Amino acid sequence: MDQAAIIGVGMTKIEANKAGDTFADMVWEAVNKALDDAGMTINDVDNVVTTSNDFWDGRTISCMAVGDASGARHKNASCVEGDGTFGAFYGLTRALSGDYGTTLVTAHSKGSESISSLITNAAFDPIYERAIGMDMITACAMQATAYLDRTGTTPDQLAMVSVKNHGNAKQNPLAQLPMDLTVDDVLKSEMLSDPLHKLDCSPVSDGCCAIIIANQARASKYSGRPVWIKGVSFCSDSYFLGDRDLARAPSLAQAAQSAFAMAGIKDPATEIDVAELYDAFTYQELMWLEAMGLCEDGKAGSRLESGDFHRNGRLPVNPSGGLLSGHPVIAAGLIRIAEIVKQLRGEAGGYQIPDARRGVAQGVNGLCGQSHCVWVLDRDNQEKEIG
Amino acid sequence: MQPTKEDCFIVEGKLALPYQYFAGRTGSRFLIALRDEKKIRGIRCEKCNKVFVPPRSTCERCFSDISQSWVDLEDTGTVTGFTVVRYEEPYQPTKPPYILALIKLDGADTPIAHIIKDIPLTEMKLGLKVKAVFAEKTTSTIMDIDHFRPQEDG
Amino acid sequence: MADTLADVEPMIYESQISVPYSWWAGDTASRFFRSLRDEKKIMGTKCAKCSRVYIPPRKVCPSCFSENPEWTEVSDQGVLQSFTIARRQLASLPEKVPVILGLIKLDGADTGLLHYLDEVDQKQLRIGMRVKAKFADNRSGGIRDIEYFRPAK
Ligand SMILES: [Zn+2]
Ligand SMILES: [Zn+2]
Repeated sequence: MDQAAIIGVGMTKIEANKAGDTFADMVWEAVNKALDDAGMTINDVDNVVTTSNDFWDGRTISCMAVGDASGARHKNASCVEGDGTFGAFYGLTRALSGDYGTTLVTAHSKGSESISSLITNAAFDPIYERAIGMDMITACAMQATAYLDRTGTTPDQLAMVSVKNHGNAKQNPLAQLPMDLTVDDVLKSEMLSDPLHKLDCSPVSDGCCAIIIANQARASKYSGRPVWIKGVSFCSDSYFLGDRDLARAPSLAQAAQSAFAMAGIKDPATEIDVAELYDAFTYQELMWLEAMGLCEDGKAGSRLESGDFHRNGRLPVNPSGGLLSGHPVIAAGLIRIAEIVKQLRGEAGGYQIPDARRGVAQGVNGLCGQSHCVWVLDRDNQEKEIG
Repeated sequence: MQPTKEDCFIVEGKLALPYQYFAGRTGSRFLIALRDEKKIRGIRCEKCNKVFVPPRSTCERCFSDISQSWVDLEDTGTVTGFTVVRYEEPYQPTKPPYILALIKLDGADTPIAHIIKDIPLTEMKLGLKVKAVFAEKTTSTIMDIDHFRPQEDG
Repeated sequence: MADTLADVEPMIYESQISVPYSWWAGDTASRFFRSLRDEKKIMGTKCAKCSRVYIPPRKVCPSCFSENPEWTEVSDQGVLQSFTIARRQLASLPEKVPVILGLIKLDGADTGLLHYLDEVDQKQLRIGMRVKAKFADNRSGGIRDIEYFRPAK
């Protein structure tokens, strides 16, 4: 394909409750940070993609309510429902279409304004399943049971993900929950749904992220340093949980394989310098690592124990603190992309991975990782043409 | 064999979701002025020379932060659009038929939507001069303006 | 926008989105519910191409993207594929915690069914255990016509 780059990123602080900001206020802040970062004005933005969800926003046609704050007035603006990585994918295709040189992509949500258990319960099939009363936490707990059973990963190893990511968050001024934890703290926190303790789960959060994607012709026109999009892919699994093998993530494996292939990466475990993954729950970071081929199947727990995924390890995972340290639904995946951009530009401050050249970001849509979107980003644009 | 319609089940449900809308900094200032001072306040964009009400933090036209330039508005204004609502829905603030109108307050450039009472439906017209009637009990919402009524000399 | 609300009292509009909704079960699910209610039978649909049997029944096979023309009865017994014990009273749960939620693959089916488990010692719970449906005494044509699953004798 033709080349495209991310030339600006902007994020609000992730907080438990942004009482002072409406949705539009959060979007305004993130968009202006992204514009400043890119060295652009709103007039340089050719089109806008907003990403939101009506239930989380408590408003129907929610994507249109943030158009003004996104500078979308009298511009081509379009909407995606789901994780921000999927909004960004749509934004990328628009930049590559030739009709638009630059796309502004936003993603936001406020978990603080409603009850996430009821919202995620409404994701289940109303005819066959909803009356059982499951939500995201109980469904993912069931997936965690299956994953632990298949791989022999232990609750202690899950707890180590929480310890690592909350610890990483101490260097990230935008994170909601920087914490000094021990494995014991995690295991002694409230058991919400076996085997997931409270500290195995990401918090309820408010936040917004914006990125600006440019085609090759426009990528170097502004002062923002471009980070090149080398491979992108997404893939979806069956809707019904009972149709899937919950202990595996074949749709992520496929998305990752094709994104890495597009980027010309043969062995992602050695060629990727930094990863920002969708750790909505501790077990997910390990399960996703394995599915993406960043670690041997069933070994992520023990590799974590030996320090591979720490900031100074072989493959640092979620150096920003990840979703466990702040999880604004919808924005979460786009934040993963923005964090990788910061790493590859060397702008990640206290949690910078030295000399990070190539990184991967992942977003998830649906219950128990039904659908995954994988982005491979590169600091340089000197590798061979992809396509 | 095709099932008959009587054979088909309906799962009755309800999408019921408690929700707390945080008005934010700008919305909160607007609601507090309504509640405590019975004042309707707007925000002016100095660049575009437009006064927005209800107020918002940013100007959609010139894309600038306008959250600090508050202006007091009159509680009087002009009807720029209206309809008579004749169907009944559970979310309506009053029983139909009632007049739903866009009212441009004196000093504002954008109209607000509200209801108009104290006028026969047949006499309702565009350009009507109206005045806000504040609610006796506050609910800290836009319904602290109970309704608009025709101005005496309107 | 991130400056504090120090000088402004944050106003909250308490509300509830409440929309009545009727989900038409359609002819496939309706047939499934009729069998549950009237005969205590669990019926699945079978794909003509790959022979996979779907529980809960679907009109279309998601693997082959073709219709599932055949109905077949599956057993009221099966294998526990995964489970969790919900311990916090999450807003979505209609039952009092702790409740055990399970994914059950019935004998004769190729896909799992989400349901409750009961009459089981929490310590005995394990993936692969055999379970059996307990039907509700009063059945009205819904997924709760199976009250829960319990260990098979
Ligand atoms: Zn302006
Ligand atoms: Zn098939």
